[in-house]
This record gives sequence, C-alpha cells and structure tokens, in this order.
Amino acid sequence: MLTILFDGVAYGMLLFVLACGLSVTLGLMNFINLAHGAFAMAGGYCTVVLVNRFGVPFALGLPLAFVVTALLGGLFERTLYVHVYARSHLDQVLFTIGLVFMSVAAVDYTMGSSQQFVQIPEALQGQINVFGIGMGKYRLLIIAICGLLTIALQLILNRTRFGSRLRAAVDDQRVARGLGINVGAVFALTFAFGSGLAGLGGALGAEILGLDPTFPLKYMIYFLIVVTVGGTSSITGPFFASILLGIGDVAGKYYVPKLGAFVIYAIMIVVLIWRPQGLFARATAR
Amino acid sequence: MAMDSQMAKSATADQVSSYLKRRARWSPLEIAFWIFAFATIWLFPSKYLILKDTAILALFALSLDLILGYAGIISLGQAAFFGIAGYFSGLVAKYGFINEPVIALMASGLVAAALGFVTSFLVLRGSDLTRLMVTLGVSLMLGEVANRYSNITGGADGLQGVDIQPIFGRFRFDLYGHNGYVYCLIVLFVCFVVARRVVYSPFGLSLRAVKGNSLRSSAIGIPVKWRLVAIYTFSAGIAGIAGGLLTQTTAFCSLDVFSLDRSADLLLVLIIGGTGYLYGGLIGAVIYKFLQDWIANLTPQYWQFWIGLVLVIIVLIGRDRMQSWIATARTAIENLGSGAVARPAKLAAPDGK
Repeated sequence: MLTILFDGVAYGMLLFVLACGLSVTLGLMNFINLAHGAFAMAGGYCTVVLVNRFGVPFALGLPLAFVVTALLGGLFERTLYVHVYARSHLDQVLFTIGLVFMSVAAVDYTMGSSQQFVQIPEALQGQINVFGIGMGKYRLLIIAICGLLTIALQLILNRTRFGSRLRAAVDDQRVARGLGINVGAVFALTFAFGSGLAGLGGALGAEILGLDPTFPLKYMIYFLIVVTVGGTSSITGPFFASILLGIGDVAGKYYVPKLGAFVIYAIMIVVLIWRPQGLFARATAR
Repeated sequence: MAMDSQMAKSATADQVSSYLKRRARWSPLEIAFWIFAFATIWLFPSKYLILKDTAILALFALSLDLILGYAGIISLGQAAFFGIAGYFSGLVAKYGFINEPVIALMASGLVAAALGFVTSFLVLRGSDLTRLMVTLGVSLMLGEVANRYSNITGGADGLQGVDIQPIFGRFRFDLYGHNGYVYCLIVLFVCFVVARRVVYSPFGLSLRAVKGNSLRSSAIGIPVKWRLVAIYTFSAGIAGIAGGLLTQTTAFCSLDVFSLDRSADLLLVLIIGGTGYLYGGLIGAVIYKFLQDWIANLTPQYWQFWIGLVLVIIVLIGRDRMQSWIATARTAIENLGSGAVARPAKLAAPDGK
C-alpha cells in the first residue's frame, strides 16, 4: 500500500517535471503545444546516446539532456513556433501534431523502433528498506531531484525579477507589454527552459515510463491532463495535479489492472466538467 | 417557388429567401463531381480497396466538418463515434441480431448519435483546450472499455468472425470489393445529400451565426446550446455510419478504431480539403488517401514524417490563404461552367440594415 503511494509520488513528480513547461507556455501564450512530449523524448534519447554509446557518466548525462533540449526548444521557438502564436487553436493543434508525427518518424528512422534503456549506475539499482517500506533507489533519486526542482522553480517564480516578469506576463500580457516587459523574450526563455525540463524528465523517466518513438503520442494525454486539471495560472496546481495523477494511475494499474487508464480519463472528465478552468485555478476573468 | 406568398412578405424577406434558394441550388461543378465519383466504379476497377477506404474516410471527414467547420467545435474525439458504431455493427452481424446490412448501418448510426447526444453536454462547457481534452478523453475511455471487455470485443486481437450478410439479400460483399465500394459510395452520397440539406437550411445558417459570435447570436434569439447539441448529435451519427461501413466492408473491427491517430488524421484530411464547405472533407480524403498511398510506397515505415511535414507547412503557409486560393479557383471554374450568365449581386451583409 505504502509502496504504491511511494511509486505514485515518484511517478507524479516525474510527470510534473515533464509537464510544467507545458503549463507555463499554455498559460502565458494561450498556446496549445501538443509537441511538448517530443522534447521530452529528445532528452531521453540524448541521454541514451550519451550514456550508452559514449560512456558519459549518468550524473553528467542528465544535465546535458537538459541543456540540449533547452537549446533545441529555443531554436524551434524562434524559428517555427513564433509564427503560430497568433493563430487559432485549431492551427496550433495541427501544427504541433504535425511536429509530433515528424519527431516520431524521425526518431524511428535514426534510432529504430525498439524500446531503449539507459544504463543506470549500479549504485542506483535495487531497493532500500525504510520503516519496512521497500523503496527503489532510483525512484528515491527521482523524488529528490524533482522535489528540489519544484522548490527551485517556485523560488524562481516568486523571488526573482524574471519570475515576477513572467507572472505579470501570464496575468495580463497587454499590460505587461505596456509596462515595458519584453514578453516575447520572456516567453522564448520560458519555452526553452520548459523544454529543457521536459528533456530532463524524459531522461530521468526513460527507466520508468519506457522510451520508444511513440513516446510523445503515448504521454501527450498525460501532460495535457496535468495541465488542464491543474490549471495554468500557477505551478502548484499542475504539481498537485501530477501527484494525484501519478498516484491514481499507479494505484489504478495495481488494483484494477484490466481497466488500465480508464480511471484516469474518467477522473479527468469529471474534473473538467466540474471545474472547466482546472482544479486549482484561481477565478480569474481571462 | 415563393411567388404566391410574395405579397405577404416584405421585400427583404423575399430577397433573403431567394438568396437562400439560389445558394442551395446544386451547381454544375457539384454535379460533375458526383458524376465523376460514380464513374470511378467503372474507371478504376483495380483500385476498389483504396477507393472504398477513401469513401469511408470522406464520410468520416464530412462528420467532423459539420461540427468543426459549421459549429466551430474542435474535437479530437470523433473516433469515439466511429469506433462504437464499428463495434456495434460488427457485433450485431456476428451474433445475427440484425442480418440486413443497411438496417444494421442505420442502427449503428443511431447508437453513435445517442452517444453524441449524451456527450454533447460535456463538450459544450469550457474552452477549446477543455473541449479537446474531453472529446479525446471520451474516445480513449471507450477504447479502454473495449479493451477491458475483450471477451465481447476480442480485445487487442480485434473482433473476428464477423459475417456480413448480402445487402438486401442480393449483393454479396465480394472479394474484389466491387459491391463494397458501390455500397460505400451510395451511403456517402445519401449522407452527403442529407448533410447538405441540413447545412443549407435556416438551421445551418444559424449554426454559422453561432460559430461567428455565439454571444450575439444568442442575443438575436438563437438557442445556442440546443443548436450545438443538435449538430453534435447529427455529426456523431454520420461518424457512426462511417464506422459501421468500415466494419461491414472489412468484416473486422479492432481497437485502433478508437485511437488518437484516427482523430488526428481526420483533422489533417479536413485541413487539406478545407473546412466550412462540405466538399472539403471529400476532396481532402481523396488527396490524403492517395498522398498516403504514394508516400507509403516510397517509404513504407516513415510515411508519418511526410504527413507531419505537410501539416506543418499547411499551418505555416496559413489555411486562410490556401482557402482563398481554392475559393478563387472554384469561382473561376464555376463561372466558366455556368457560361456567361450574369450572377445577381450578392445580398448585402445582414448586419447592414
């Protein structure tokens, strides 16, 4: 029981790191980016290549995955996404689904369609017992990293100048522009950072979520659930949503394995009907 | 003819009704389109399979166009209706509840429409993203249910042992797909005519108003909610008929009818053809299917990449621009087709007076 809870929290933390970039881009530019998972996949494959082929230590592979995907995200943002912000939601959905299809086929072409595994150092394998609860060391690491990241993000968002600019831009883009905040630059940075986080999440999660070319399609739903259920006005909303989702999913798969993801979708629909703006959204008139 | 009631009506009302009639008239280009469509039965006898798939896809795209192009609802869950009707028509045929394919097809359309009616209330709430998630969630949930009850649906192996009886007891689904294709084409045509009738009716016009500005249209007395419920239900029924057709002509149904890919492909079809006019889905389906066939022959495994590229390029160029090209081309052809008949000037925009 507690092991399930533990696994669920680890899973949820992972989902949060994967999805928080998406929630910020959605809240900031009202942009539906279905291709977010593609960046996560890029991070995952980046680590696989670095660690397995070039023998880079795992501890170095993770930050590198972050950097590479952040650069990739920044590049895509400046060259492609920037043209689509002002378009309708339909165009955005089409555009990003197109990107997902391309990334799936491109990865399939370059890396093959089989599932990839990152070689995890010996020290991180196996379980340790704390108060009689079996905890996977690797999952413990995930919780630690993601927990730290969450705190760091919260601090950046609340304490730094950049954070206040970002919050201002999310709250009211036009007024923020009027106050001399370069919303475009803020957004590009945030997008790159969010993509980087997704990449890191993909690298960390390769072990738990599995990594194959269909990753962006498989987990797109989960990211979107986190974002829609959590709301887009803060990062605490998506955080709690992803923890809930993680626990719900692990517990659902454990107790009613045959129903699979049915529980999750049902919960999502109920929440969305109940509170269309998200579970933790402030009542803003946007 | 509105001649006898002319006296009672004001000049504007008369003008409007004659405009509507003119608008609803079948243009020569449309007639040519359908003549060609039926001519394919004799023109390309070796291509029945892909033609049949195209007809089903066209019908499916037509259903999405009804809610996307005419009511402005973005949906990623049209596969839910396609799938449930697919399984329904497969199951009734397998267990011999309804042996006549045509009746089974209608019944599966009704089942899908019932699901559409129930879920429409979920879709009416929230923003675009919420709609997207809810529609997607519904179709994924159905997929999970179908997977769960694999003793009925066959689970991941698909529904097997479906035996479809001959249509009207006479036309058997043959190996070459001839009768299957003709059947699909006729169903497509019938559904198209019905949809066309709906779209050109005052009901269809009010939908356009809702899409344009739902607040204003409720202010002039259009019951926005019920209009959307109605068109969503209707569209679900059409999608269901498409799903039923697929099962009946392939005598098979698998879990992939509910997949996200199916709904996403459908959006692509509609975007290629253009939204908001009924032929968009039909033309898009033809282009998409042959594009897919062509690319899949070149690179069997990676055709998705090129499809994705097409999507990205279309969005970057801009749909509006492409649609305006198509529109100019169409009017040019229509003007050629109808000779030098001077068309009366279009009715002034209704917001003027």
